Amino acid sequence: MLALLVAQNIAFYVIAALIVFGALRVVTCKNLVHAALWLVLVLAGVAAQYILVAAEFVAITQILVYLGAIVVLFLFGIMLTRAKTGTDTDLDHGSGKKIISGVIGLLLLGIMGYALWDEYRGQEIGNLTVQRTAAVSDSIFSTYLLPFEVISVLLLAALIGAIVLARRD
Amino acid sequence: MLINQFLFLGAILFCIGVYGVLVRRNLVLVLMSIELILNAVNINLVAFGAMWHATDPANLSGQVFALFVIAVAAAEVGVGLALVLMIFRNRQSIDADDVDLLKG
Repeated sequence: MLALLVAQNIAFYVIAALIVFGALRVVTCKNLVHAALWLVLVLAGVAAQYILVAAEFVAITQILVYLGAIVVLFLFGIMLTRAKTGTDTDLDHGSGKKIISGVIGLLLLGIMGYALWDEYRGQEIGNLTVQRTAAVSDSIFSTYLLPFEVISVLLLAALIGAIVLARRD
Repeated sequence: MLINQFLFLGAILFCIGVYGVLVRRNLVLVLMSIELILNAVNINLVAFGAMWHATDPANLSGQVFALFVIAVAAAEVGVGLALVLMIFRNRQSIDADDVDLLKG
């Protein structure tokens, strides 16, 4: 049990480092296509973290929806807006705004970090048991049936809206 | 594992996303940063869900809400990219600074 926990922790920190590095590259990369590909690393890392907390169905959904659909959509967006394929220096605001944004981000991180540290210090997740897909679907189709239907209609409306917006006529 | 590991990872990812939204001028990159923010929230939801599940095995609300967030993110990207495409078609540029028609 202890060996498993140590392995879990090592895996967590390795994947977390990859996620943070990838995310930093997404927001600093000078090449649009490379930024989209770094986003793939971040999203795959997040899926791996879901597997670490034994949430298998969400991990698979993350890979299917984010890696399979959303990243492809982003690449289509990049190509349809005829972005330069090489490095592009015109992607960011000037250095003054960069500093202000960095300060805002760090302040936010400080506030949230302090709040989390203060509230959840030393609290364990507890015994991780696999959260079965059948149990997740039971939960969706009993307790959360109405929100599920609302989400379905929202998705339909949003996608029809997207087609109407993007259509050329 | 500590719950704070996941919460801190979520907080770091969230702040990187906020930085990206503020600093990027290209609208597609702004949308990508929003994806980072949504993923940060999802990490928190799944971690809290696992914590609840450990004390009450019948409770899977965290995962269900994470799935809802993924569905909403898909809708958001669809509409967002359609809007970016419209802006590009009308103004030949997807620079966030160029979209200032409502500025007095």
